[in-house]
Amino acid sequence: MIEILFYIFAAVAVGSAFGVVLQKNPVGSLLFMVATLASLAGIFVLFEAHFLAAIQIIVYAGAIMVLFLFVIMLLNLGHDYRRDIQVGVGMVLAFATTGLIAGILVRQFGGAETSPMLAAFPGPEGMDALLAEQGIIGAIARPLFTDYVIVFELTGILLLVALVGAIAIAKRRV
Amino acid sequence: MQELSPTAFLISSSIKVFLVFSVSLLVVAYMTLLERRVSGFIQDRLGPNRVGPFGLLQPIADGIKNFLKEETMPATANRPFFILAPMLSIFLAVVLIGVVPFAAPLPTPWGVVDMVVADIPVGILFILAFSSLGVYGTVLAGWASNNKYAFLGALRSSSQMVSYEVALGLSLIPVFILAGNVTLTEIVWQQQMLGFWYLFPLSLAFLLFVISGFAETNRLPFDMPEAESELVTGYHTEYSSMKFSMFMIGEYAHILVVSALMATLFLGGWSVPFWSGDHMFWYEGMLISGFTAAGEPVAAEPAIWKTLLTLAAFALKTGFFILVFVWVRWTLPRFRYDQVMHLGWKVMLPTSLAYVMLVAATVLVLDQMAVEGFLFGAVLTAVSAVATGIFVFALDRDRIMSGASRSRSGEVREVRTPVAQSGLRPRLAGAEMGGESDYTSK
Repeated sequence: MIEILFYIFAAVAVGSAFGVVLQKNPVGSLLFMVATLASLAGIFVLFEAHFLAAIQIIVYAGAIMVLFLFVIMLLNLGHDYRRDIQVGVGMVLAFATTGLIAGILVRQFGGAETSPMLAAFPGPEGMDALLAEQGIIGAIARPLFTDYVIVFELTGILLLVALVGAIAIAKRRV
Repeated sequence: MQELSPTAFLISSSIKVFLVFSVSLLVVAYMTLLERRVSGFIQDRLGPNRVGPFGLLQPIADGIKNFLKEETMPATANRPFFILAPMLSIFLAVVLIGVVPFAAPLPTPWGVVDMVVADIPVGILFILAFSSLGVYGTVLAGWASNNKYAFLGALRSSSQMVSYEVALGLSLIPVFILAGNVTLTEIVWQQQMLGFWYLFPLSLAFLLFVISGFAETNRLPFDMPEAESELVTGYHTEYSSMKFSMFMIGEYAHILVVSALMATLFLGGWSVPFWSGDHMFWYEGMLISGFTAAGEPVAAEPAIWKTLLTLAAFALKTGFFILVFVWVRWTLPRFRYDQVMHLGWKVMLPTSLAYVMLVAATVLVLDQMAVEGFLFGAVLTAVSAVATGIFVFALDRDRIMSGASRSRSGEVREVRTPVAQSGLRPRLAGAEMGGESDYTSK
């Protein structure tokens, strides 16, 4: 059952990801992006990562994508079907970036034993024990606020700086 | 009492899905009648009372009318999105009902059935997630209609809902701190154990939740997206017939969900006050009603009459909040757009952040001092009452929000008491005003 659901969600995710790229209408692309994010959240639920799934929807689909939609509508891109992707340098850059990301991912997950990310994973039994002990949110919150607290705080400061910078730039034009 | 077997779970879940959604949609239909009758009462007229006794068949007549009306499709509309928008609206509102526990567990010959469609481990986060998606229905409707009024409504709704989601989420954090979990069944259980509805120990969180709940459901005084005096009817201007009706059903379903949430999070959900017979919770595969002094779990005794009684309690609490929604709609005027943004970002957000800190600090201190039970709730109630008092005091008397006559610098504050306006105490008024007494004595 879970396997069937996994393949359904995975197919929707990949299909919608293609939709994002192939749609010429920006709002359509955005909705396909939301569908991709939602099906990824579905996959998270299948892996018992309920918290991640909820956060995925709240943060990405519910907040960031709404802001994107807001910007698309404000710039009124939506009703204009012109292609503004430049064929040439842009295409080459896009393929290079995609290839780079794919290469990194293959290196990370190809050799399963050597990957540091997989080495830190406690395995299914370990995960069950961890969830039973600390709860679904505690298992994420504890490492985040103990082991990785400095990285976490630095990320927060980075976002704050970006926020202040954005406000400063936006204010200057008025 | 044992848990259900997988087959029984499947069958009971299917029955629950069917019953809960049909009952919810029926309630939604009758909420429209309630709204019209109550508005009639408030405006000293009758409201619809012709179809059936007391107008009770009016929602059915409305439904038939909406099905039979002509469906229009604007020529310039973006067809797929125009059709998708009402579907999203209604789906995202109705699906939320599934995670709200509405009664005490029901004993059946096959095991104890939880009276909630899906008791998922991330309960409230699921609700936050899906209500944050709700904005797509509104925004797509406005954008796909290709109509300037609808588009303005969509723009307003996206900025308003994003703004108030922040305060909504932050106002729930004190609840999480106190309950220690985000599952709705456990929040009900923790309120039963504490002996306090969270309304009292977390009064300011409740107030903030109510305000952002009104904003999230686009109800007056926050109905900027459909402000009919400025934008025809806002985002659903171009919709007719059943598609229009779907937006309405979505809106009322959203009200129902938010009311049920207020009842669950802050009024003890389905639990009957001052009665411990309905305390029930799944604890390590066993339905318990509490712990002995030694920490041993005590088995609960579920009964059909207890389920029915708690269902009535839940319906009463939810119904009360639905009535408040209607009552507020016909009492308060609409905010101006900048006031909505001001309230969301400069009032609600800092207040909810400060309140999270306050509750966290109080709980920490009480935990350190090993205070538990009634005293714990009483101290938190006192602290929250002070915080709520300060908040209401600050909101009132034009200290934070005011009408158009306020000066832009924000330093001049009008005192709108009759005494100050009549100029009987100019010296005192001037002192409060920081010397600018001629501003108010005009």
